[in-house]
Amino acid sequence: MSELGSLPTPVPPVNPETRVFWDATANGRLLLPRCTVCGSVFWYPKTLCGACGSVAVEWIESSGLGIVYSCTVTRRGVGDYRDAVPYVLAYVELDEGPRVMTNIVDCPPEDVAIGQRVAVVFHDTGAGCSLPRFRPVAQTGSQGLPS
Amino acid sequence: MSIRGKAFIAGAYEHPGRELPDLSLAQIHAEVALGALADAGLSLSDVNAYFCDGQFGFGGISMADYLGLSVRYTDSTNTGGSSYIGHVGHAAAAIAAGKFDVALITMAGKPRTQGRVRPTFQIAPEYAFEEVFGPTTLGMYALAASRHMYEYGTTSEQLAEIRVAASWHAQFNPHALMRTPVTVEDVLASPMVSDPLHRLDSCLITDGGGAVVVVSPDVARSLDRQCVKVLGHGEAAKHLGGGRIDLTYTGAVWSGPQAFEEAGITPADVDYASIYDSFTITVLQIVEDLGFCEKGQGGAFVSDGGLIAPDGRLPFNTDGGGLCNNHPASRGGMTKIIEAVRQLRGEAAPQVQVRDCEIAVAHGNGGSLATRTGAATLVLGREDT
Repeated sequence: MSELGSLPTPVPPVNPETRVFWDATANGRLLLPRCTVCGSVFWYPKTLCGACGSVAVEWIESSGLGIVYSCTVTRRGVGDYRDAVPYVLAYVELDEGPRVMTNIVDCPPEDVAIGQRVAVVFHDTGAGCSLPRFRPVAQTGSQGLPS
Repeated sequence: MSIRGKAFIAGAYEHPGRELPDLSLAQIHAEVALGALADAGLSLSDVNAYFCDGQFGFGGISMADYLGLSVRYTDSTNTGGSSYIGHVGHAAAAIAAGKFDVALITMAGKPRTQGRVRPTFQIAPEYAFEEVFGPTTLGMYALAASRHMYEYGTTSEQLAEIRVAASWHAQFNPHALMRTPVTVEDVLASPMVSDPLHRLDSCLITDGGGAVVVVSPDVARSLDRQCVKVLGHGEAAKHLGGGRIDLTYTGAVWSGPQAFEEAGITPADVDYASIYDSFTITVLQIVEDLGFCEKGQGGAFVSDGGLIAPDGRLPFNTDGGGLCNNHPASRGGMTKIIEAVRQLRGEAAPQVQVRDCEIAVAHGNGGSLATRTGAATLVLGREDT
């Protein structure tokens, strides 16, 4: 069993399209692409808006706050995560709208629940970028009810 | 242009093996090819189109070479477990357009003896934003199950009912890998792998393969074998949708209505359904998405023997499915077609043969419920429909 917060930090492949996103993570900033034509804020980071087809896309900084949209406690891991079990794989719905795949950390895995309020934390990969994960924070406002 | 009645499945063959250390992948393709052609009363020299998922690279060329085929058409559409159901639809459309008259579709895999590795592609644009967080095959379906439970109150007991039904059917299939019926309690007592999915919520890992032969109406008429009529086909790609993914439904909400409309039927007309059962939650969502019950009511629909043949609300996967019978190459689509063909020919195991089975559906799902999936729906009818 892993110690809390000691999940592996695999280095993501970075390419010219995603360089800005990953560089920002090294500075503790979570960027999101926003379409300057239709206003859509989307995920994953890319330079074409799937909502309207525009390539006029800018980066905005996320608040890093959201709620757990779905989660599972993984009890059999593979690859880098083979020895990291149990750990939480989740989708977090950011306050800006997008649902992002991530891990929930800094709490017992079985305590994580849909609707839980979370905030981003960055785990350094040692390769010039960090992985955006999330930890529980005190509930405010949204209770994560189905909309 | 509709494909309704423009093509027929004349031959179908499921490899009887579930663990095949002594066969090469190409040998398995060849054995199922010969099996399906023999079932149809045709031979390799009759084939003028070849379909596969392209696992050897450069589409179907490698196997066309191995089999010695003279083909004027190849298609290696790869949408995971839904590929082969799509192939039948593509073949039917091309036959309707006069491109060829005998299509061979094969698939094979050896994940049981070679080890299963979840396919991922580092060059894919989404890779960096998902794979670094440790997704597993089960975990990706567990995310969908968790959300479905949260929104609709679906329970682990209801998911277990799907395994119970599949295992009941598998006892009548001498080739099934797991032939012992299980109970809801057995499923819940099996190890939790990724909450809320247990080991027995999961499909098998088997070696094996299967093949079908799709022919024109003229060729079908010339054969002695009872053929199955292709009535309708639909496909869809469901994806993140810019980060607004809804984990409670699959691409079947789009592929199903397309296929039903082309076939001129409604879900109420379906006598038997083959539904890709990678995990129990996959079946539950697809049953809802194809319109067999209201969204969110899948749990009640599959309970109390709802899926058990021959008398359940919707007899499904009467071979035992990927959960209990066979899951070659970790891709369920081909075996789904084959059991639907058996049902329409009246050749399923007698204990699970649906009486007067006239309309069947085969549905495949490929990829991962939590991110991107291909969906393919095929509506098939008895030769005289």
